[in-house]
Amino acid sequence: MSAPGSSCTEPGPPLWLLAELTYRCPLQCPYCSNPLDFARHGAELSTAEWIEVFRQARELGAAQLGFSGGEPLVRQDLSELIGAARGLGYYTNLITSGIGLSEARIAEFATAGLDHIQVSFQAADAELNDLLAGSGKAFARKLAMARAVKAQGYPMVLNFVTHRHNIDAIERIIELCLELEADYIELATCQFYGWAELNRAGLLPTRAQLERAERITNQWREKLAAQGHPCKLIFVTPDYYEERPKACMGGWASLFLDIAPDGTALPCHNARMLPVQFPNVREHSLRHIWYDSFGFNRFRGDDWLPEPCRSCDEKGRDFGGCRCQAFLLTGDAEATDPVCAKSAHHGLILDARRQAEEAPLGLERLVHRNARTSEIICRSRSE
Amino acid sequence: MSETTLNDIPQLRRGFRFQWEPAQNCHVLLYPEGMVKLNDSAAAILGQVDGDRSIAAIVAALRERFPESDGIEEDVLEFLEVARERSWIELH
Ligand code: SF4
Ligand code: SF4
Repeated sequence: MSAPGSSCTEPGPPLWLLAELTYRCPLQCPYCSNPLDFARHGAELSTAEWIEVFRQARELGAAQLGFSGGEPLVRQDLSELIGAARGLGYYTNLITSGIGLSEARIAEFATAGLDHIQVSFQAADAELNDLLAGSGKAFARKLAMARAVKAQGYPMVLNFVTHRHNIDAIERIIELCLELEADYIELATCQFYGWAELNRAGLLPTRAQLERAERITNQWREKLAAQGHPCKLIFVTPDYYEERPKACMGGWASLFLDIAPDGTALPCHNARMLPVQFPNVREHSLRHIWYDSFGFNRFRGDDWLPEPCRSCDEKGRDFGGCRCQAFLLTGDAEATDPVCAKSAHHGLILDARRQAEEAPLGLERLVHRNARTSEIICRSRSE
Repeated sequence: MSETTLNDIPQLRRGFRFQWEPAQNCHVLLYPEGMVKLNDSAAAILGQVDGDRSIAAIVAALRERFPESDGIEEDVLEFLEVARERSWIELH
């Protein structure tokens, strides 16, 4: 099992399983992390196929299971999948936009054993939220569903993807989350993959916006801590304002296993874009996929790292950064992540920062994620 | 915040689950999108937390199980204080 990039130590088990049940979604967020060509992907795994995936991953050691998408609620078998996962001993997380949820379904999922619900919002006010989501009544629906989730006693994470058009309302966002009794508030600055990368010039905040948001978040952290308030604030910065890359996924294929709707197994939900052949659960066992497949071993360890990472004493910390980001920005999946100031391509990051200051794109220029646009993108790429 | 006392009854907060994970060969605490591995003593203490037993009863049970160990009461109080700070448990 010495595919390229493997080092002599056997990888640990995948502790996290992300089940992307479907790419279908009623919303159209311009920062959606689904692939641009999602409309052309193959048939979704059946109920029985998913349950078999859960069983095999649990056997390997996975303990956390996230149901995501797309919008997982469009799967009519969701209760059954939750029940099966919980029966296997998973901690089950539903990651939803709230559209398609109802009080009856929330109750049905509780009976099936669902442990936690994460609801994502696009903004803290109806107008901007619904504009970003490309849907007229989404905000009101989300509010109602977040309240229903808490009323039924679930722990709840509220997630806001932040970017230049909503990040200045950070205080209002935090207040709204507290009003809704969130147990965790995730303020995640857009990461530039998928549709977000396509829309980067219209999404990347300026450094000043980001610093202000972080400062306000820290003030709220202190305030909540002083009150002994159990709510936790999680702030995710976009690495475009760092000089060192993130240790992507805690290292390639070291903890995290993602299964795409059609059964393709990935070390991260963005990895599909890489010029790497990834295995499918319809053809291989998860044990083979995790330990032996070419795709999962491709960037494990640090033997494959090129310069400047190879001789850098920080490689044990960040493993050369994110493969998807390196590939998106340089066209070379092995390159040092351009976020690193030592990368020969770091200028691309500086250009993006400059554009955020000088020539950002307005809200009206954002391309919304939907099947029609996805088809157009597929067509123009195959021509 | 008040001091933790022996009469308090600890309970895992909703959304927190304590379980044995064979693949990691340890007990873990699972919560929304997160997991912590517990060492043996933390696991022995959390394993006694059932929302019914007081801290005094937990200490007594652990003394019976580990008659050779000293300082069980201090360890239990200290650990449960940390667990409360991290919002894993609440005290009644
Ligand atoms: S990011 Fe928006 S469009 Fe994409 S799956 Fe989530 S809710 Fe749907
Ligand atoms: S050169 Fe490579 S290993 Fe060193 S800090 Fe930059 S990305 Fe990390």
